[in-house]
Amino acid sequence: MINILEVNETNRMIEHDNLDVRTITMGISLLDCICDDLEKLKTNIYNKIYGYTKNLVATGEEIAREYGIPIVNKRISVTPIALVGGSACKSTEDFVELAKTLDKVAADVGVNFIGGYSALVSKGMTPAEELLIRSIPQALSQTTYVCSSVNVGSTKTGINMDAVRLMGEVVKETALATKDKDSLGCAKLVVFCNAPDDNPFMAGAFHGVTEADAIINVGVSGPGVVKHALESVQGESFEVLCETIKKTAFKITRVGQLVAREASKRLGVPFGIVDLSLAPTPAVGDSVADILELIGLEKTGAPGTTAALALLNDQVKKGGVMASSYVGGLSGAFIPVSEDQGMINAVQAGALTLEKLEAMTCVCSVGLDMIAVPGDTTPATIAGIIADEAAIGMVNQKTTAVRVIPVIGKDVGEMVEFGGLLGYAPVMPVNGFSCEAFVSRKGRIPAPIHSFKN
Amino acid sequence: MERTIITVVGKDTVGIIAKICTYLANNQINILDISQTILSGFFNMMMIVDTSRTAKKFSELADDLSALGQEIGVVVRTQREEIFDSMHRI
Repeated sequence: MINILEVNETNRMIEHDNLDVRTITMGISLLDCICDDLEKLKTNIYNKIYGYTKNLVATGEEIAREYGIPIVNKRISVTPIALVGGSACKSTEDFVELAKTLDKVAADVGVNFIGGYSALVSKGMTPAEELLIRSIPQALSQTTYVCSSVNVGSTKTGINMDAVRLMGEVVKETALATKDKDSLGCAKLVVFCNAPDDNPFMAGAFHGVTEADAIINVGVSGPGVVKHALESVQGESFEVLCETIKKTAFKITRVGQLVAREASKRLGVPFGIVDLSLAPTPAVGDSVADILELIGLEKTGAPGTTAALALLNDQVKKGGVMASSYVGGLSGAFIPVSEDQGMINAVQAGALTLEKLEAMTCVCSVGLDMIAVPGDTTPATIAGIIADEAAIGMVNQKTTAVRVIPVIGKDVGEMVEFGGLLGYAPVMPVNGFSCEAFVSRKGRIPAPIHSFKN
Repeated sequence: MERTIITVVGKDTVGIIAKICTYLANNQINILDISQTILSGFFNMMMIVDTSRTAKKFSELADDLSALGQEIGVVVRTQREEIFDSMHRI
């Protein structure tokens, strides 16, 4: 039988260490909504999403109440809209209409975000996919809840450099279109390599075509819990350190698994995966950088940071995999700058640079995330940053992503406030040398040799 | 059986257990186990109860107990047992 110490431990994690279920995300296929009439398509999309998600928020709150664990976000992900709108949308404005439909249904059912304003163009772009990508700046400036992602490469296909170049421009245009809000639109736009089909986390969530009609994916977090656990093993060996992280990750993931199963049962939608990601929040102590510093770094960014992060990421996965049979999504440690007080402090202290963050993305679960750069950064330079990240993902057979925010009108050292979970960030310097000639080349970078496994 | 964990934390005072138990008895809730300690001067109690026979909805139960706790000056949390089981048992 459960004893008082175990009960106290769980409740301490929730009350003092910010343990929460970060999101219940319902993935919904919109493939059966497709038709060539835009108005009919909008109605189909609205009705299908509304039908599945009308009880999502209430169910999430009920579960949170009964188990005493906060469920911070309830979200929706849908089939990449470039596929859904392909036959009905003849212009960027038509695609923006679909974004507004997604925005409306998200507002009506009360979710925090809706993801899937996406295109998967890792090898080539159809005309519809190119239209959707070109509509992103408009779509993100005219909606509140819609999140967008574009997959520009994979280990199997190589990197579509035409899409990379285009995304450099689209990120910049999105920054310009939302410049009155510190270029907030870019915080809802991710460029991926090797994007997973079942990621519950925004801004990169979409419902892959390999998935069922609807599915429940749950993202759990808890950097604060890992940090608390590590405080008791200072000076111990790597073995003790790794065991402690694994055990903690196991406990956290089990809560996610419980919530996912329960949500699936109550909503009548199959359970997909649990994504165990140490996702920091701006709350003090809920920080991945703080964990790295407890592992033994004076400041995140110091030599040793990449090794410490590699260790952390791997132990989190090992603990998580034991706790749930279906671990998926991104699972690992996120290193967003603006959402992590420890990262912000490290940048301000001069310890953490964009180049070190890039190295860290080789071993963390995603990529360059929530990084504010100067507003005069050129589209070619942004494309170069995207190409570098995509190359890391392609060669290392992992998901990588870029979510940078060129903050229009701001320069290095100035602060940007995004609000809420998105946090705030100091504008970081970017290498000023040009890669214009490189990213102007047409075509794609071939898949690496180790992709040929057949 | 529907097992629920009730935890009570706060400044020790006369009648905490009596008041909570009276409420549980009045609502057909059977107590399966109680443990209690004083941790750095604070009263700390955990009860495992069976809520399968009560007519109250879980949310009403949690609200009532929380309000009762406020009257006494302690914090009362009511949670389904599964969250502890899944975290602490393989």
